[in-house]
Order: sequence, then structure tokens, then C-alpha cells
Amino acid sequence: MKSGSFEYARPDNLLAVFSLLDEFGDDAKILAGGQSLIPAMNMRMAAPEILIDVARVDALKGMEIIGDVLRIGAMSRHIDVMKSRDVCLRAPLISQAMPHIAHTTIRNRGTFGGSLCNADPAAELPACTVALNAKFNIQSSSGVRSLKAEEFFKGTYTTALEATEILVSVDVPIAGQGSLAYFDEIARRKGDYAMAGLAAHAEIQDGCFKSVRLAFFGVSEMPILAGAASRHLSETPLHQVKTSEVCEALSEDIEAFDDLATSAEAKRHMACILLARALTAFQSQERAHG
Amino acid sequence: MADLIAITMKINGEPVSATIEPRQTIADFLRSTMGLTGTHLGCEHGVCGACTIRLNDVTVRGCLTFAVQCDGMAVETIEGASESGRISDLQENFVSRNALQCGFCTPGMVLSADELLADNADPSREEIREHLSGNYCRCTGYQSIIDAIETTAKQRQERPGDE
Amino acid sequence: MNKILTQAFLDRPNSYVGRSVIRSNAKRLVQGRGTYVDDINLPRTVHLAFCRSPYAHAEIVSINKEEAETVPGVLRIVTMEDIKDYCTPWVGVLDHLKGLKSAPQWPLANGKVFWQGEPVAAVIATSRAIAEDAVDLIDVDFKELPAVTNMMTALEKETPVIHPELGDNLCFERDIESGDVKAAFEEADCIVEETLHFNRHTGVSLEPRSIICDYNPADEMLTLYMSVQCPHMSKNLFAKHLGLDENKVRVICKDVGGSFGIKLHTYSDEMTAGALSVMLGRPVKFVADRLESFTTDVHARDHELKARAAFSSNGDLLALKIDDVTGIGPYSVYPRTSGIEANQVLNLTGGPYRHKNYKANTKVVFQNKNVMCQYRGVGQPIAVAVAEHLIDEGARKLGMDPLGIRKKNFIPSDAYPYTAPSGAIYERQSHQQCLDKLVEMVDYEALRQEQIEMSGGPILRGIGFVSLVELTNPSPAFYGVGGAKIASQDGCTIRLDPTGGITCSTSVTEQGQGTETIIAQIAASAVGVNIGDVRIITGDTDVVPYGGGTWASRGAGIGGEAALQAGKELRKNILKVAGAILQADPGSLDIEKGLIVDFATRKERMPLSELGRIAYFRSDILPENIQPELIATKHFVSRSYPFAFTNAAHACHLEVDTDTGLVKILKYWVVEDCGTVINPQLVAEQTRGGVVQGIGPALYEECLYTDDGQLINGSMADYLLPMAAEMPDIIVGHVETPTETTELGAKGVGEAGTAGAPGTIMNAINDALHQRGAKVVHMPFTPDKILRALGKI
Repeated sequence: MKSGSFEYARPDNLLAVFSLLDEFGDDAKILAGGQSLIPAMNMRMAAPEILIDVARVDALKGMEIIGDVLRIGAMSRHIDVMKSRDVCLRAPLISQAMPHIAHTTIRNRGTFGGSLCNADPAAELPACTVALNAKFNIQSSSGVRSLKAEEFFKGTYTTALEATEILVSVDVPIAGQGSLAYFDEIARRKGDYAMAGLAAHAEIQDGCFKSVRLAFFGVSEMPILAGAASRHLSETPLHQVKTSEVCEALSEDIEAFDDLATSAEAKRHMACILLARALTAFQSQERAHG
Repeated sequence: MADLIAITMKINGEPVSATIEPRQTIADFLRSTMGLTGTHLGCEHGVCGACTIRLNDVTVRGCLTFAVQCDGMAVETIEGASESGRISDLQENFVSRNALQCGFCTPGMVLSADELLADNADPSREEIREHLSGNYCRCTGYQSIIDAIETTAKQRQERPGDE
Repeated sequence: MNKILTQAFLDRPNSYVGRSVIRSNAKRLVQGRGTYVDDINLPRTVHLAFCRSPYAHAEIVSINKEEAETVPGVLRIVTMEDIKDYCTPWVGVLDHLKGLKSAPQWPLANGKVFWQGEPVAAVIATSRAIAEDAVDLIDVDFKELPAVTNMMTALEKETPVIHPELGDNLCFERDIESGDVKAAFEEADCIVEETLHFNRHTGVSLEPRSIICDYNPADEMLTLYMSVQCPHMSKNLFAKHLGLDENKVRVICKDVGGSFGIKLHTYSDEMTAGALSVMLGRPVKFVADRLESFTTDVHARDHELKARAAFSSNGDLLALKIDDVTGIGPYSVYPRTSGIEANQVLNLTGGPYRHKNYKANTKVVFQNKNVMCQYRGVGQPIAVAVAEHLIDEGARKLGMDPLGIRKKNFIPSDAYPYTAPSGAIYERQSHQQCLDKLVEMVDYEALRQEQIEMSGGPILRGIGFVSLVELTNPSPAFYGVGGAKIASQDGCTIRLDPTGGITCSTSVTEQGQGTETIIAQIAASAVGVNIGDVRIITGDTDVVPYGGGTWASRGAGIGGEAALQAGKELRKNILKVAGAILQADPGSLDIEKGLIVDFATRKERMPLSELGRIAYFRSDILPENIQPELIATKHFVSRSYPFAFTNAAHACHLEVDTDTGLVKILKYWVVEDCGTVINPQLVAEQTRGGVVQGIGPALYEECLYTDDGQLINGSMADYLLPMAAEMPDIIVGHVETPTETTELGAKGVGEAGTAGAPGTIMNAINDALHQRGAKVVHMPFTPDKILRALGKI
């Protein structure tokens, strides 16, 4: 399983990246962590003409607080996101998700932006960005544009990114005082892609949901923001929520698919279990915070 | 054929220069060009961990890293780690506990264990199992490997300042 | 009893038998200094990649390799037409499996392809990467044919016959009938019935299949560097099919990165590599990559079984009836045949029990999927799971405890030697003893109590048991009688070196289980040297005695006995020389820790190194009539019993999460009896590794095929294997019932863990699910299946 041949470029600034993307378009692939791209290339399922290694592009690196967002550079390695105090305090949902991503050795190389652009239906980070209503900062030679997380993910391995564009960073709204985060996934082995997962973010005020975003992953082609279930929750005080009722609302939201060993019915069932767990967690977190 | 790329890196402390095809993984470069065959290929898609090496002081999958990406960096293989003596206690415990049978997964296991112990000097058995869950072993069933790592951690605790 | 006499020699001072000696070959492996086939680089080596069939069944209309041949670095691209003068086809049949039939299998596809992954063309290039570049450019025009992928309908009239010249898709059928099964079922107070499905899965040795074929046309010598278990068998097969003089073929096995039976079989791509080396006169290297491994390494255990058991009202097992169908690939694999697995299912189901009535039938059918053949445990994991499930079901129906019903039905300890209704002959087993010891280790009452306490919640506890018999140390009855040139005897040559150490050359082989170490332990014990002074040589057909290698758990029992006898013989020879030097009766001397000692007082008389110096360099000072013979060779083959059957008892404690369907194994126990234990640590580790390899198919592993014969999960991302986080600690206990057919008394142990685990996991899960009236019988027990059984979806 040896990769096919390709040209290799290692630009150290964004303008050089744009220039290469403009020249090669679909025949180019960005090489960030390579943990999803290189297996595909070794299997000859991906065969770009040129790899643009962006490991030295400073504009893609770093995590910083800018106003009320935490800006995470696309080239941030998972291991660094995991260790980041800012992420832990300001975007705890992401911190909770990180240990579920593969294994240490993969996390040493894999990147935040790479995982998002790969858009595996069962990946953790896409759902987190949807739950957090994050903003994706995209650049090309034509300029800058931003997309909301929900607009970015289009389907299995498919995003709204054009061939001449690169994801530069993601702005994650900083978690407010009353906000609660819940992340869990159901996987057969540690580090596996999930059979079903939930990244949930809520703001509770006076015992009621001021806002709630439930992003399910692993059940369909892309993260599903459970609108009906969220609406049901926003109409019910937190401690009066009945699991059976919110699960019924959830069934409208989730059109699951079968994967190799887990049927759509099982995924829908697991989504309910995760939602029930999230509600229990929210209830006890809310009681603890007062 | 693609343009060849000139690279320089340190491998087990020795400076190495080469002009290579971009598509050559660092694992293949180590095995074929450098003759360092302790890094093994078990799947070439990053799942089994047999190709685990260290790149600038963190473990990486040798099969998921092109050699050209290692330009200007420091690579350490099982051979280099062994020669450094840093892991000799871990290796001794692997041998005495029979934490290897065919040995094919072992270099990757040892380097992963080494990284765990550097990060967490007193891991629980569950933590050891979780950390190693990216390294496939078909022979041992894992228990002896967990034992060997646990023993090493405990011995190191009893010898403060030794490593 | 006889254990005392037979153990006498092994209880001598200096005996390493029964000690957990560490493996000296582990030291180089832990430093990354092993030598696996792909680590070897010979000058002028060329590399192979294969163009493989994307279809399960198709006619090859044309193969266009023109563009591929222009890739720089490509030397040649060959199809079957190009190598037909270099390699003959093979047929995987053996005489003693009556009626077993199979079509000739060619190294490269010969006009038709019969499974997805079958090699069609071979590219020879200066690197593997370049060879793969060329493979991408080969254009094969196929005419797709309907694929046979349902074993249950493979024999129906409407189903296409894969090899029309064979007449139908039946490879092999066998019936066993003993006693009066019909009457037994009629008289039974309780009948249990089940249809069980066993999932096709595969070995996944971490080192893939690898070979270097080095033909030197100047001396017509073919040297094969292989990763295999039976170098002599490989030597014979490559010589035979490549038309070479067997004396001019040499097989060298250095470090082998796991095999588990996978590397026992003849593979088209490896044989092609051999043919090409002869054709080109230079080394040809082929290393299967992981994707190729999934589609072409032998698969195993694809079965559907209808099983029935008849019980009396007080729990006597009266009869067993099984109807087995197994779907192999389009060929019976050569040379061991794909009928053996089904044969073992028939021979071993119900092994521990004293029922007299048994009816079993198996139909082995061809399919357009990958081939199937022996893989660790062979048919035993199925035999055990079937019988042990029925026993548990019988216990539930009769309101009996699962331990009680087993104890009631074990073959009584005074009934041995015992002939089972399948015809298998057991010398002696210790089922009762093993189960008693197991129950003590498990703290059964406490676990049952916890189970009751948790029975109302979402997490259910389950405790599962299994008792099993396991086949080891086969005689020629296994393969030889069928015409296969597979040796069931093995030899050992031990030489005293002038330094006083010994060099021991053995025909059994090492794949990580510790063969080299146990042979060293036995040789050191038998001769009387320190284990650090023993050097073991194995794996090279030019150097070692002719023998069978390691498979069917025969290394200790057969190879070990040869080493013991050779060691005893060498000791005798040494003492003859010592007697001459010391002017003493050899019978008054002994050897201990490398020293000639006085037998009675253990007082040192002279070091072996001194004896060696004199015998090799100063024979002038020896009496004239002495010709020192400081080397001895002995061979051993099982003569009394066709197989040495071992036994074991397994238990598992697990949790089933009824919300998610996930299974969490809490702990696992094994009490095993493999006769004389040479190295307790190695036996325990073989058991642990074997158990985890059996947990794999119970919970995770399955080769998934579409209806048109496409393997859809052929990568390590999609074929799930047991990893460290989910596996339990496994407690191992030992009982020793030595075989009296050898002085060593050792039987085998390599496969018993794998034979027991799937059934134990199934029984534990069903013990948990029974609390909710649910049951699962189709491995692997995925969350989906468990949720379905519980009625949650």
C-alpha cells in the first residue's frame, strides 16, 4: 500500500498557499496532520497531483482569545487543543471531546482544521463546532469569508470549502457563565468512530433552557442539529423534562443511516440514550452550580 | 516522476541528508534507506501502531508521515531509544514478564509505553490499557504488557530521580 | 500415579521443567533487532505487486498491460500464460477425507476468477511502489458472472455451479452416527434446539505474509526466506510445483511475526513469487499488504449449525444431533484441505460428555468468497460453543445450575481411556478437577449474588462457563494418512561444544509462543547444563532435522519429547567419555550445571568444558577404544493415540448494558490441563493470547461480504480487533494430567484458549440476557444484535 506519486510544496505563508490552490484546484490537497489523508493516499483512494504541506504556515497556528471568541487555528494539533487551558475553560465541550479522538499517537499529529475539513460523519469535532455555533474562517486569493458550522458540513467527507479555499481558523464563542456542556459517544472500542454521539451545549437561566444545541454525530452523513428536540426542551423547565417526550421529538430530527455493523434503528435508539444522559447531566450540573 | 526533495534530519542523533521522492513515508525511509528495520509495517493506514516512532519528542505513526515532512526534525526509532538506555528498565520488564511473543508489535508498544510513563508516572491499569489501545497485539492478549508497564512505573517510583 | 515414575528424570537436580524461564530470543525483539522476512535485503531483489480481481466471479476477456509495461522501473508483467511452464497447479484433497473434491488451483487466474482478490497478473519492478503504479495501469476486461455467496443455497439446483467439471458446489460431506439418536430424542424429557451462526473471520497476524524467493540458476538452488510454521512442508511444495529437485530447495525461517495457522497454507501469490524467481534468476520479494491480507489470507469458521440436545428430567445428556453447513471459498486449500475444520466440528462437539448417542452431518460448500482453512483452534471454537450453549439451555429448561449439569455429564474419571461417540479416543482428562478448581477461583456464589442485586437495573451481569476438549500432538492420522507430505514426527540434534555448552537443533519452529525456550529447557535438563549455555537452532531446512514444524499445538509434546530423548542420549555419550577420562563407571557419574559430578555425592569431578577440550582436541590421551560421540539425534512420533486430547474449563464475568447493547468483560478465568507444564509463564501467556483471540470473533471480528461477493470491511479501520482497553485480566490455573505415551508427558496448549473463549462469552451474555428473556446466537455479538434481542429496536 504505497501512495502514488505526487509533487510536494511546503509554503510558509498564506499567499503562497493561495497561489498553489489557484493553480491546481481539485488536483491539490492540503496536507495538515495527514492522519486521514495519508491512509487514503496509501490505499490509493486519494491521488492528488500535489500536496501542499501547510505545517509551516504561521497564520494557521495558535489559539487565542479575541473578544468573546476563542479562535483556534486550523493547524492546531489535537494534543495541543487537549492541553490548552483556554480551551478547557472557554470551550469545555471541546475539551470533553478530545480524549475520544483516536489515540495519543494520532492526536500528536492530527489537527483541528484537518478533522473538520475531512468531515467524517462519525467524527467528534464537527459536531462540537455545530453545538457551539462556531464560525469557520475561510480564505482564498479572492478574500475572506465565514460560514456557520451548520453551513460548512454538507455530507459524508463533503464540506462547503471550494477547491481554491483553505480553512484558516474557527471562532468558538466563549462559554458563558450559565452554560453547560455534555459530550458522549457510544463506541465499541476506545478511540473508534462512534456508532452514535452527542455534543450538547446549553444555557440555563432560572431553571429553563435559554438556548440548547444538540449536535448528534455518527448517525447520519453529517452532524445533525436536533431542532425538534431542542424546541421541546426550550418549552419545558429543565427539571420537568420527560425523557420519553423529548425522545419522541428527537425521532423527527434524526434520519439515521446503517453502517457496517449498526443499523439506523440502533443509532436512533442510541441517540435517545445519549439525550437522556445529557439531560441527567444537565440537571445535576445545574443543581451543582445553583 | 515527481520532483525529488532534498531533506536533512537527525535520526537517532545522527545527521542524515537525502534527496527523495515525496511519497516515501518516513517508515519506509527508515527501513529501506537507513536499514533501521526495528520500525515495522503492519497495516500502512495508521491503525495498528507497529510503525510508531518518535518525531521531535512525540510518538507518531511512521506510515502516516512522509519523510519530507520530517525535514529539519529529529527522529528516534526503537534502535535509538534502546541505545539511549532510557527504556532499558521497560525493556527488561517486557522480557521478564513475557510481554511479547512474536515481537512484531513490540517496538511500537515500547515507544508508546515510554511516552505514557513520561506523561503519567503512576498510571492505573485502566489508564495503561487506554493509552495502549492504539497498538494492536495479536499474540499476548495485552495483560502481560500492562503488567510490564505497571511494574516499570512502580519501580521508577521507588527509585526517585533515577531517570 | 505414573506421573512419579515418568517425572523422575525431569525431577533431577538441574531440571528446568516446570520453571518460568525467560525467553532469550525476546531480548533482541524488544530492541527492534529481530529479523523478519521484509527486513532481509538481498542484492538485485525485485518486488512484486498483483493486479487482483475486483469481482467475485468473472471470465477474463482480455488483459492489457501495454501502458503498465512502460512505467520506468517495471521489469516484467506476467499472467498465467507467461508462467505456465514454471508452475503446476495444485489440488487441495486428501484421501482420508472420503469424497472431498476440489478443482485445480493456479498461481495466477487461468481464464476465470473465482473470488474478489484472486491474483490475475503480477508486476515485477524495482520497488513495491513502482509495481503498484503499474498495477493501476493494467486494464483487465472482465465478463462478470453470477456469484455464489449464500452457503445455505449453494447446493440448490438454481445456484450456478462454480466449477462445472466437479458437478456441484459440494466440496465434502461427512456423517457420523453412533448409538440410537432417534430413540434418545423420543425418550427425552427435555429437548433443546438452536440454529447457531458463526461468523467468517481471519487471523490478522501483525506481520503480513512475506516471502523472498532467491533462485540461483548457477547451482539450480532455490532459497526461500519465509514467515511460516512448517519449513519442510513448504520446501516440499515449492520443489514439487516449481519442478525443482527437493534437495535443492532450502527454506529459512528467522523471526516470524505471528502466524496462528494462517501461514501454513499454499498461497497463489507466494507460489507466483517462486516461479518468477526461477524465471528471472534473481531474488523476488513479495510482502502482502494489509488490504491483500484481508482478501486473501485464509478465512475461517463460516458456519451455520442446527443443533439439538436431548436430556432426561434429571439432567443426563442423552443425545446430540448437529447439522452443519460451512461455506468455504472456491477451492479447498492445499495441502491441508478445507474439510478439516468441519471434520473437527463433528469430531469434537460434546467432547467432555458421556452421552452415547450422536448424529452429526456436515456439508462443506464452495462459494465465490475468499478461501477458508485452518486457523487457530480450527473447528474447535465452534464445537465448544455449540455443545456448551445446548448444555446451558438444557440447564435453564430443567431448572439446573450450569455447573451441576456439566458435572453430572462429564466422562467419569475412571472411564479412561475413553472412546467418544464421534470416534475420538481420550487417554485421560480432568474435567471434574478443572471445573472444581475454576469454581474456587471464580468465587461463584458472590458473583451470582451481585447478579441478582443488579438484575433490576440497566446493566445486567452474566457468568458463563465452558468445558472443552482440545486436540493436540497429532499423529500421521491427521494428514499423513491422506497422502500429504506433512511430517508428524520431529527431531532434535544436540551437540556438546568444546566450551561445555550445547547447541540444539530442532525441527519444531518458533512464532513467538516460546518453542525455542522450552526446547532449551528440556535439553538443558536432560543433558545437565545451565540454560544460559544452550543455543537453539531452528527454522532452516538445511540445518535442522527433518520434521513437521509447529502447528496443532505439537511443539512441546512432539518436539519436546525428541529433545528430551536426544538430551538423554547425549548425556549417556558424555558420561561414557567421562568414565574413560576419570577411570570410573559411567553409571556412577552424572552431569549437573555443566559439571561432571559423582552421582551419589554430587561432588564435582570435572567441568564439561574440560571434557570437551579433551574429547575434541586431545583424544590422544583417551583410551584407544574410545570414539567420543558428543552429539545425539532423536526423533519422535506419536504411536499410541492419533491425538493427545487436552481439556480445560473457562469462565467469564461480564456486563451487558441494556441501553447501549455494549458488552464489558469484567474478568476471565481458565483452568487448563495440558499435561506436564514445561514453562508455566509461557503456558499462561499462550492461554491469555488464545482467549483474547477468541473474544475477537465473539464481540468484534467478522469478514463482511455483499451478496455479490465483495468484502466490504477489509481494512483494520473496519475489521474490528480486540484492543487493550476492552480486554480483561485473565486468571490462569493449571492441572497436570501428563500423557503416559511420552516420558515428558507434555500435551499441547496453543489453541485451547481460542477454542474456549467464543462459547464462554456467548454463555455469559446469554446468562445475562436470560434475565430479560432474551438470547443471542449469532456472532459477533454487536450492540445492534443485543438491542434487537432485548426488543429495544
